[in-house]
Amino acid sequence: MADSAREQILNRIRGKVGTGDQVQRAARVAERLALHPRNLIPARGQGDDAHRIKVFTDMMVAVGGTVETVDHFDDVPESVASYLRNNNLPARIRRGAEEKLALLPWHRAGALEVAEGRADPADTASLSMAFAGVAESGTIVMLSGPDNPTTLNFLPEAHIVVLPLDRLHASYEEGWTRLREQAGAGNMPRTVNMISGPSRTADIEQTIVRPAHGPKEMHVIIVRG
Amino acid sequence: MESTSPQFQGNVKRALADTQLQYAMTETGPRFIEKRTKARAALPEFDQLRDQARDIKDHVLEHLDLYLEIYERKVSESGGVVHWAATPEEARATIIGICQQRGAKLVTKGKSMISEEIDLNHALEAAGITPIETDLGEYLIQLRGERPSHIIAPAVHLTRDQVEADFRKAHTHLPPERDLSEIPTLVEEARQVLRQKYLDADAGITGANFLIAETGTSIIVTNEGNGDLTQNLPKVHIVIASIEKIVPTLEDASTILRVLARSATGQDFSNYTTLSTGPKRAGDPDGPEEYHVVILDNGRSNVLGTEFQDMLRCIRCGACLNHCPVYQAVGGHAYGWVYPGPIGAVVTPALKGIENAKHLPNASTFCGRCEEVCPMRIPLPKMMRHWREKEFEKHLTPGGIRTGLKLWAFAVKRPKLYQLGTRIAARVLGNLGRAKGRMTSVPLASGWTRYRDFPAPQGKTFQQMWKERRKDGG
Repeated sequence: MADSAREQILNRIRGKVGTGDQVQRAARVAERLALHPRNLIPARGQGDDAHRIKVFTDMMVAVGGTVETVDHFDDVPESVASYLRNNNLPARIRRGAEEKLALLPWHRAGALEVAEGRADPADTASLSMAFAGVAESGTIVMLSGPDNPTTLNFLPEAHIVVLPLDRLHASYEEGWTRLREQAGAGNMPRTVNMISGPSRTADIEQTIVRPAHGPKEMHVIIVRG
Repeated sequence: MESTSPQFQGNVKRALADTQLQYAMTETGPRFIEKRTKARAALPEFDQLRDQARDIKDHVLEHLDLYLEIYERKVSESGGVVHWAATPEEARATIIGICQQRGAKLVTKGKSMISEEIDLNHALEAAGITPIETDLGEYLIQLRGERPSHIIAPAVHLTRDQVEADFRKAHTHLPPERDLSEIPTLVEEARQVLRQKYLDADAGITGANFLIAETGTSIIVTNEGNGDLTQNLPKVHIVIASIEKIVPTLEDASTILRVLARSATGQDFSNYTTLSTGPKRAGDPDGPEEYHVVILDNGRSNVLGTEFQDMLRCIRCGACLNHCPVYQAVGGHAYGWVYPGPIGAVVTPALKGIENAKHLPNASTFCGRCEEVCPMRIPLPKMMRHWREKEFEKHLTPGGIRTGLKLWAFAVKRPKLYQLGTRIAARVLGNLGRAKGRMTSVPLASGWTRYRDFPAPQGKTFQQMWKERRKDGG
């Protein structure tokens, strides 16, 4: 049945729009996929480091997230510990196996308990490494992979994300260019999460309430060095 | 659920008399408009992006067969399976088949209009599979056994009081004396109740806002994070999408995403935009083991190459509903099927047949706001006019209206008679209502005056005033 439905649908479409020059049609499609041309990119996110940090921060704060900037990767553990303290969260986090995070000087974070792996429903806070940040809309881009469990982005109450400044782009398109370089054109990880702030809903009387089903809080630590 | 589109007029009467509905619509309607206006003003390139978004979808529709084939190949390459469904029956059977094969008994669901279109929940229940809607709005209407009344805000017709009553009725395991007077408390209760369902579910079903041909990727856009918990925790992820959801590349998806959230909720970007490609990879600590995409046609391919093709550009943002005076007055349920508002008035006749939806294209004042705000620049009023023509050609227009049109045509072809008639009418009505400037009842127009006043003519017809102005101005 499935096969006949496939042919039925495709034949119907061909009969309606596929009557032109087949070579030309195929060439147009192949070209678009091969070149993946960029369309108009808004000016909003474009600018130097300071500008991108400012726009990203403004956008993220506007949707209920928080952002801080630190000078070095080694500052991250203390930053995480004080964030949890200031938000009355237990001093424990779950993080992915990502090497950059594993090698951080966690001893500097005092009594912070650090666990590795996919999220457990009882986890209160998680820490992940962003693939990219997009200034234009205050968006974090996360890739799934052996070192980056997707559940860390959704199950815990607070999601803390480390974003190296050289990955804070003006637009989504810069992220896609990097992803193609990394994964090979046409290839994708199982999940790419573009996240703009903590979970929310407006489904009752159009009143915005945070959180809905995902994290209550989102905190981004931008690392300059 | 059966369509009640043929009973549109009765639906409207009930909607206008429904005080809860009228309260809900009055509270929320203006908020949608305000949010979009702000978002648009904050992005100078917005209208240019709309032009490009339109062009992308036009290009896709002209090459849809090719893009679908490439998309299918890319899904297979990443370990997923594409299933084709020409009809709702085929789509339901495929999904139930996948669930049964994996012994799935509990299924969580992200919000999907296609799921509504094929009435999936009833079919799952009949097959002994329990579907749980996880989008808060969808959860609310599932508790009530209703259809969504809005494309992106399915429970927009409900008030807080109604939600409280429904939760007390449904969540009987919680203490009856608990305080549910505030909206955040209601949201928290839903969060707690649904959290366990995500963890227990055997399969997760989501819709798709886009399917990317370049990579074989499906995209969902949510604010709650429910879609992600739905598709990441269970061992099977089933996507249900219609053929026109295709976009060529990541860049093209990005362009349309820039106009989607702004048009829908006035957000610059939705909280969660998630791209899914295949099942989990070797070494991935989480994610589904199986990834299925069910692609539904259900009459859409018949629309290609016709004067209605542009409707397939729709990205289901709901802006046309939010800006429609008719939708705002009667709400979504009056339209009788799955897609309400101006886009519903255009899509429903295409998918269900004009003879089953003939009132819908007539439910418009042709004010043109829907087309003005449509991010994909769909000429909605023009399409409703096309449907009205089809309705007339097929002799589906009611006798009263046909007679009225004939009378009008008779008069308008005789200018002297027409001018005399309108002059008399304008004077009589003007005399009747001049003191107040409006009239609470007009002969033969009680359908109008029951719900609103009729503005009284000021004594002269347009033609008279036009003549006078020409004389004055030279």
